[in-house]
Amino acid sequence: MEKERVLEVQDLELHYFTRKGVVQAVDKLSFFLRKGETLGVVGESGCGKTTMATALLNMPTPPGRIVGGRILLDGQDILTLSENEVRRRVRWETIAMVFQGAMNCLTPVYTIEKQMRETLQQHRAMDKKAARGRMKSYLNLVGLSDDVLRRYPHELSGGMKQRVVIATALFLEPKVIICDEPTTALDVVVQAQIINLLKDLKEQVGLSFIFITHDLSIEAEVSDRILVMYAGRIAELGTNAQIYGPQGPAHPYTQRLLGATPRLHEEVEELAFIPGTPPDLVAPPEGCRFHPRCPVLMERCAHDDVPLREIEPDHLVACWRCFDE
Amino acid sequence: MSEPILVAENLTKWFPVKRSLTQVARGERTWVRAVDGVSFSVEKGEIFGLVGESGCGKTTTGKLIMKLLDITDGKLMLQGEDVTHIRGAALSEHRRHVQMIFQDPYASMNPRFTIEDVLMEPLEIHNVGKDMAERNVWVREILEEVKLSPPEEFLARHPHMLSGGQRQRAATARTLMLNPSVIVADEPVSMIDLSTRAEILAMMKQLQREMGLTYIYITHDLSTARYFTDRLAVMYLGKIIEMGEAGTLIDGALHPYTKALIAAVCEPISGKVNRIKEVPIKGEIPAATNIPTGCRFHPRCLYSVPECWQEEEPTLDDIGSGHMVACRRHREIQELGDSARTSEASLGIRRTA
Repeated sequence: MEKERVLEVQDLELHYFTRKGVVQAVDKLSFFLRKGETLGVVGESGCGKTTMATALLNMPTPPGRIVGGRILLDGQDILTLSENEVRRRVRWETIAMVFQGAMNCLTPVYTIEKQMRETLQQHRAMDKKAARGRMKSYLNLVGLSDDVLRRYPHELSGGMKQRVVIATALFLEPKVIICDEPTTALDVVVQAQIINLLKDLKEQVGLSFIFITHDLSIEAEVSDRILVMYAGRIAELGTNAQIYGPQGPAHPYTQRLLGATPRLHEEVEELAFIPGTPPDLVAPPEGCRFHPRCPVLMERCAHDDVPLREIEPDHLVACWRCFDE
Repeated sequence: MSEPILVAENLTKWFPVKRSLTQVARGERTWVRAVDGVSFSVEKGEIFGLVGESGCGKTTTGKLIMKLLDITDGKLMLQGEDVTHIRGAALSEHRRHVQMIFQDPYASMNPRFTIEDVLMEPLEIHNVGKDMAERNVWVREILEEVKLSPPEEFLARHPHMLSGGQRQRAATARTLMLNPSVIVADEPVSMIDLSTRAEILAMMKQLQREMGLTYIYITHDLSTARYFTDRLAVMYLGKIIEMGEAGTLIDGALHPYTKALIAAVCEPISGKVNRIKEVPIKGEIPAATNIPTGCRFHPRCLYSVPECWQEEEPTLDDIGSGHMVACRRHREIQELGDSARTSEASLGIRRTA
């Protein structure tokens, strides 16, 4: 039986209204997240990964605006709720986020206790003692000792700060946690520890994660399914085995991206790369958005808009080459 | 074997830490031992990699090679000449031969300069080229060389009008203007998108072959280091703990720290989602003001025995074909075998903070 879907996104559109024109940063994005699963989102910078994440919390960064689509969280469309309701019932209550460069999210002048308590007091009526107990139990859950509460951020290492931020995101027992590049600024050893922690939490607490990064090798370690974004759209969406298995991914973009990822235990003479740059989303190319950089393009790619189709169970691709017609 | 172009002997950089009044009165001094006795030599035309976690002293070593910082102790030789304490004209001459590519292509270029100004500046500072016409030709040639072509299109642009990859190409072009013999590249691709990273590295490699350049490649990323470098040195807390040919070092690492670093690297292979990754290391990196006695890695090592901290620090010994390691137990650890290693390792990794 298929697991329950905690989050379902339908035709989500988010545009930035800039002086240069309308940037179609997220364009008709549809996907879902199952309970207890990690969905990885990868793509180059500027492909709309972070923009999508802000949309999921219904807090687009100005001049961005959500112009269409639905975001169903437990069956409820959060885009129809008022800002007050979103704040009270959705943000941090059911869906929380670990931001990019999370170490810089902590206020340097407050102790960890003070900033963690702030989150708690906004949402729960709780006395100081009970709050402290809860903070301690969550710090322990992410592998930190109690005395971290008394510390200031500068007294903690990068990895410890990241753990504090994760603990704060877990705090109100949300169902979904969005992690936006949670390990980019960390050293490899610490990165491995944080990845292990997230896996552990997924198992113990039954959380669902959306894990955003530009690094395909990290996704291979953490995500059950991988969503590859290109220029605000989904290029490919498949399971870990479909993307990283011996058969390899189906979309030429994913293939190239994987080819450009260096492997540690392999001697390579020349690494592949993707020539060109991602398109300007004020005036995205017609047809398939990847076609100007695509090595295997066909005639129709340049003018026929390419749909996202299922080519095998759980494996969706937006590429004319992959469809048997 | 060709002549070494750059030799570092026991290179040391200690930074003084600000003292409190009582410490001054007591005559106490503390130092951040950022680089604590590093020796290596780099041959002409070689790509030498320095890898390690943040705070291990790799960037400081790069700055010492550039002579951007004064050397506390030890000796630095460039092309057979002692450059440890040079000043004035000799220093300026040194900087012509040793150039640097910085990590952040956004911060390392003056935003008010055009690309032409950026490339012209080193020529003006060092007064190279007989007239503007000759300099103009050079600037155009170098731009072609780093594949920013046609050059006319880029000359008048400001840095913000270039993409990250293009900017790093321009930064590379700037280092090439003075026809240097050694280029120190400090994380040149860590801020560049994965899809263009390989392109930049390939270009740098091609330039190296064509112009006979020598690179010192500083990075924390073992995967690109393996692809890009000929030889690698792994640094930990200001010291090199293992050094060797890049492939040999990564596939046959001997030092427990190198092994842990390698185990921690993510690889794009399926079937690892539901497994906890075992990284054979414990604790966190200690402060460089308080370096552990004996082997500096012993508090985090899963194999340390009392002699590791009671006796003197192990030296970097050659164990054949240029593979050097600073660990007195590396043979025994190797013999412990895989089974013992994994069971021991699993104790160390989880919940270490």
